[in-house]
Amino acid sequence: MFRLIAGRLATGIPTLLVVSMCVFAIVRLIPGDPARLLAGDFATEQIVDELRTRWRLNEPLPVQYAAYLGGVLHGDLGRSIATSTPVLPELTERFLRTLELAVAAIVVAAAVGIGAGLVSAVHRATLIDHLATALALTGISTPIFWSGLILILIFSVTLPWLPAGGTGTLRHLVLPAVSLGLFGAGVLARQTRSGMLEVLGQDFVRTARAKGLPERLVVVKHALKNALIPVVTVLGDQFGRLLGGAILTETVFSWPGMGRYLIDAISQRDYPAVQGAILVFAAAVVIINLLVDVSYGVVDPRVRAE
Amino acid sequence: MMATPALRRLARHGGARFGAAVVVVFAVVALLAPWVAPYDPEAIALGSNLQGPSWRHPFGTDSLGRDVLSRTIWGARISLTIGFVSVGLAMVGGVPLGALSAWTGGWTDRLLMRGADVLISFPTLLLAIVVITIFGPGLDHAMLAIGLAQVPLYARLTRAAVLRIKVQHFVEAARASGAGEWRILGRHVLPNCLPPLLVQTTLLFATAILSAAYLGFLGLGAQPPTPEWGTMLAKARDFLRTAPHVSIFPGLTILLTVLGLNLLGDGLRDVLDPQTAA
Repeated sequence: MFRLIAGRLATGIPTLLVVSMCVFAIVRLIPGDPARLLAGDFATEQIVDELRTRWRLNEPLPVQYAAYLGGVLHGDLGRSIATSTPVLPELTERFLRTLELAVAAIVVAAAVGIGAGLVSAVHRATLIDHLATALALTGISTPIFWSGLILILIFSVTLPWLPAGGTGTLRHLVLPAVSLGLFGAGVLARQTRSGMLEVLGQDFVRTARAKGLPERLVVVKHALKNALIPVVTVLGDQFGRLLGGAILTETVFSWPGMGRYLIDAISQRDYPAVQGAILVFAAAVVIINLLVDVSYGVVDPRVRAE
Repeated sequence: MMATPALRRLARHGGARFGAAVVVVFAVVALLAPWVAPYDPEAIALGSNLQGPSWRHPFGTDSLGRDVLSRTIWGARISLTIGFVSVGLAMVGGVPLGALSAWTGGWTDRLLMRGADVLISFPTLLLAIVVITIFGPGLDHAMLAIGLAQVPLYARLTRAAVLRIKVQHFVEAARASGAGEWRILGRHVLPNCLPPLLVQTTLLFATAILSAAYLGFLGLGAQPPTPEWGTMLAKARDFLRTAPHVSIFPGLTILLTVLGLNLLGDGLRDVLDPQTAA
């Protein structure tokens, strides 16, 4: 297990370095003076010069990158042009909000997706299977923001049961989490169904049935447990994708998360904030993938033995 | 290219039939937009704004009195363009990279595929936003961003297909008959990689349309007054309570188009590439 974690870290750290290089490159690839871009259109020459010195923008690129990386490692992501406050504290708060939304969404996705996939496989080639398969594909094909708008229309406008925006209580979380989770549920349902169908045809399932075990036990204890191994990978992959989808859900539900922060920063040309948000987003995806890889080893002993 | 038995099996595949029908309708409407759209998609009529569906305006009108049906029809034309341009770019970048990776092997292969894996692990939307940040918002940049974000997917898929084909006897035979390496790759190997690529192209076309709508919705893709579906919905959202039809119809159209492409892609996979069929 230790070797597995060490191995994954050995690939994760270079990835994070590449991510930091890409984020570093963004401001340098935009036409114009990076110091002016980082200071904003209305900054005085003095502020622009200060930034130039601070981020060593007159020196060669490797030196600039070292200064940037050093700043990042010390928690210095620069100062937002829009609010004149350091980027990191606000981003941390926003990140926790996005994480809250993504975790709630993945719970919805797992409950609906694995449930639907399981029912679909057990009732293979029946009306239930066709219906569940069609619903899963519809989930994948529905634009994330549109499912949010429709949920607001039904549950906030027509039936005034749940709030259409804001945060604070569990009630505020329901619609955004369901809207975001339904997309992932479609992918998970398809994966669970195909995994279950494969496992249900195997010898050990036949043996379990031959022993006279009740069908429910055969399905849940023997088949599902084995079919879930690939589902865990998909679940982890979906978690990373849900972070991307959260950008849309946060816009629809005015959820004060990192996605909304990133989009506002882009529209205000607040480049320090854009850089910070993209870096945190990308680092979160890398770390989640790393955790998923490790959890794969926990679920499947064969991975540890590799 | 596709063998007749495969076509016959595709014709018997219920999902693929429905998907193909939707895709054909979408493509025909997109191509004939100037003739089938009842009104000019950008003609403003402030006196008749936010009207509900009626015989004159089957999808109603938006906040500027523009006919939502006409805008949705023209939106199909834009989405079709987005699909072709983005997927075309992704293919032009990804197929040669994947083929090169599989054909040369060694450290080139390891380096290219490690890079592709890293890029694939990030959400397409995030990659597209990075590209948009550098080049600025707009439809052209959105297509470029989506195309670039899909390059690693094509590279991975082409590599897998080339690796499967390159060990087959007919490649050996071509080599024995004195054909050069690049000729074997171009004339014998790549054409046989087409089935999985065709499947993926259908599915990525759907992803491209969705991604463009996402960028449009966020204000980073096509800009108003362009009748792009995502851009239309961004504005429609402000009138969700008073005029929900402005949000419902363009959204349903995206859903139906993407569903059609996904169904067709699934059907093609079942018929052409059964090993990877889910």
